[in-house]
Amino acid sequence: MSESGNVVEIAGVTKTFPQGNVTALENIDLTLRPGEFVSLIGPSGCGKSTLLRVIGDLIEPTRGTVTINGKTARQARADRDYGIVFQDAVLFEWRNVAKNIAVPLELLGWDRAKRKERVRQMLELVELSGFADHHPWQLSGGMQQRVAIARALAFEPALLLMDEPFGALDEMTRERLNLELLSIWAKLGSTVVFVTHSISEAVFLSTRVVVMSPRPGRIAGIVDVDLPAQRSVETREDPRYFELVTEVRELLRSRGEHLLPEEEAALRSSHE
Amino acid sequence: MSGIVVTGISPGMGRRLGQQAREWLPALVVFALAIAAWEGAIAAFHIQQFLLPKPSDIVKSCWEQRHTLWPAGWYTFKEALGGFVIGSLAGMAAATLIGRFKTLGAALMPIAIAANAIPIIAFAPIFNQWFDPLSPNSKMAIAAVLCFLPVMVNTLRGLQSASPRQVELMRSYAASSFTIWRRVRVPTALPYVFTALKVASVLAMIGAVVGEYFGGSYDALGVLIRSKAQILDFTTAWAGILVASLLGIALYAAVVACERLVVRWAPEARDS
Amino acid sequence: MSSAAAATLPTRRTFTAPLAAGTKRAAAVVCVLAALVGLYELYHWVWVSTGWTHPFVVDDTTMPHIWVILHALWQPAQVNQPALGTILFHKSLFTAKEAAVGFGLGAVIGFAIGVVLVHSRLLTRGFLPYIVASQTIPILAIAPMVVIWVNPKLPAGVQGWGSVAVIAAYLTFFPVAINTLRGLQSADPRALELMRTYAASRWTVLWKLRVPTSLPYVFAALKIAATASVVGAIIGELPSGLQDGLGGAILNFNQYYSIEPQELWATNIVAALLGIIFFVGVVAAEKAIVRRAPETVE
Repeated sequence: MSESGNVVEIAGVTKTFPQGNVTALENIDLTLRPGEFVSLIGPSGCGKSTLLRVIGDLIEPTRGTVTINGKTARQARADRDYGIVFQDAVLFEWRNVAKNIAVPLELLGWDRAKRKERVRQMLELVELSGFADHHPWQLSGGMQQRVAIARALAFEPALLLMDEPFGALDEMTRERLNLELLSIWAKLGSTVVFVTHSISEAVFLSTRVVVMSPRPGRIAGIVDVDLPAQRSVETREDPRYFELVTEVRELLRSRGEHLLPEEEAALRSSHE
Repeated sequence: MSGIVVTGISPGMGRRLGQQAREWLPALVVFALAIAAWEGAIAAFHIQQFLLPKPSDIVKSCWEQRHTLWPAGWYTFKEALGGFVIGSLAGMAAATLIGRFKTLGAALMPIAIAANAIPIIAFAPIFNQWFDPLSPNSKMAIAAVLCFLPVMVNTLRGLQSASPRQVELMRSYAASSFTIWRRVRVPTALPYVFTALKVASVLAMIGAVVGEYFGGSYDALGVLIRSKAQILDFTTAWAGILVASLLGIALYAAVVACERLVVRWAPEARDS
Repeated sequence: MSSAAAATLPTRRTFTAPLAAGTKRAAAVVCVLAALVGLYELYHWVWVSTGWTHPFVVDDTTMPHIWVILHALWQPAQVNQPALGTILFHKSLFTAKEAAVGFGLGAVIGFAIGVVLVHSRLLTRGFLPYIVASQTIPILAIAPMVVIWVNPKLPAGVQGWGSVAVIAAYLTFFPVAINTLRGLQSADPRALELMRTYAASRWTVLWKLRVPTSLPYVFAALKIAATASVVGAIIGELPSGLQDGLGGAILNFNQYYSIEPQELWATNIVAALLGIIFFVGVVAAEKAIVRRAPETVE
């Protein structure tokens, strides 16, 4: 832990891509406290995925600093502080489910017995105990994504980075996995950065929602989600939930003049 | 092929055998019909024996002259195998080396592909001049050069086609570039490598036989086929061709068997 | 994704960019060629000056200097004859004719086989193993028999080179047949369903959906086949006794190698150029016809 007690401290981060001269991020300041679940939401091109990658030291910022538990992002990555989940599961098709989950553990040099035990626990956690020997292509999209989550959590990283992890799934699977993710998060107490383009998903999952606007990518506003910590199916019918969804939507819309027509249409349909 | 891997449930042994039989039955029927038509045509149209011998005569000759044909075939097969191993290993090594340097690989790729269009077999006489035409080394060299380019091009392509997401995931675990190479690039490249090895296995045998055409030891199959054809002993020449083909198929089958052992994760057997 | 977002934005590219890329590529090719020539001469020099004999003895016979080879193209091969380059040019035209006819024949037959097989699993199972096995037959070995067998049946005008074209076709049809089949099978199942909702006939589905989908695959095969047809033409000439093509020239100059090795080398370089020209021809045709990502299939 750093002296400030913050897990993530982002200060004045700007990122420009030389090709096309795009300013993906401009002057971003953001702080994450331990155990927080923070969503980044915004239309495509607002730099939310870029910000996630900057936090994870997969992209270097042009200006500004990222501090993870008082360390540089580079050091944090070297210390294996990150668990990452992408939109598609990104499983290694030549490894079965158990061996996919074991990838980070192998890199950390865990011995076989320890790996085996942890993989068993993780499979239990994501309710895939019977599928250890299956290969990725034998699993549905939702199951693959659960394997990816198990892999990301297997070594108890300080920070879980999720880049639209449920974006490619159908609505029902998505809602079920939302609940599962929350129960996993409650059990492990990890800090999560969650990129999404679904307003309802962001509000339902998060303790805070960071709304971003595009061209250049900036933080348009931050919404504190003061829903009860224990979320359930009923949360989605809570009047406060609707108020918060509206608040996020208004924030996104206030930046509407920056949106392309198809992005607006996508936003409108994303919370039906 | 497709009958071998079935999702989830494994069928009973009997059913699997039945499936295999169904899979191969049409091929067997075609084989029987073709042989019958061949024999029948020779009888019906009085085709001169020396032009197109009866298949039964070819097989008979294969057996009767087994003491000259098969040792000759083995002699040539060893040349082909040596060339295959040397050429393929060199191809993989070159691709690994070139793959380390991205710009070098990008610059060399189109040239390697164009070089692949060179009729290398035309260079066989030069190899015969370099190495003693009577020694197996000259044929091995031709076979090796024939195998080198396709294996190099495909290996390079395979090494370069690793999923960027998978690489990014490994980077988030602070994996070294060697680890990424070993755990992501090599497994991704393997199917590509085997595709090339299958092509190379066929080329190697043809290269050895063709190389012998420009002069070779009397123990060699290519020389035997040529000299028998020159004295219009086409039955023996065809028997020699049959031996060459069978050995070529054997090498090909061996590569396929290795592929099945190594590339076990693929849902579809990546055939021919 | 950030990179995707960057790609959708209009990027300012000057019109000279493709031209510059072309120049760059040409420069790269020249550099690599120069490097290869340099390596060849360096190898020659090192092995000669050190006297190394492994893996083979290097002298002006086994590895003639590049300039000697190039110079030979301007010299008559025999007295009172045109320059070797002129002779080789005519010979390569002859071989190109055989290869082109064989290529056309093999491509059409291969494509037809692919079209037939895609419509019948039974036929595929029956014939595919033999199509694959046919490639393991060392073509040169059967060439004399093909020549003796095919030649008398050909019309007088194509006798001789016609049988060589048949051998070239034999090497061409296989990759085309296999890749056509694969390409025709690769049509999106949903697109096939869409065609069914239009009650499209097999013929319509074939020409409107399957064939366009298969084109990248077919061209990938044609690129292999272009080389294969040149190989087939050259080795087909060897046993047929034809003296008009590059194969005959290789056989002929091979006999005089110990006296004038540069002539065989020059012939081989011309053969290599012919193979590359065929390949580049198919690449150009692909660029003109397939307006999609070309490198997505192998």
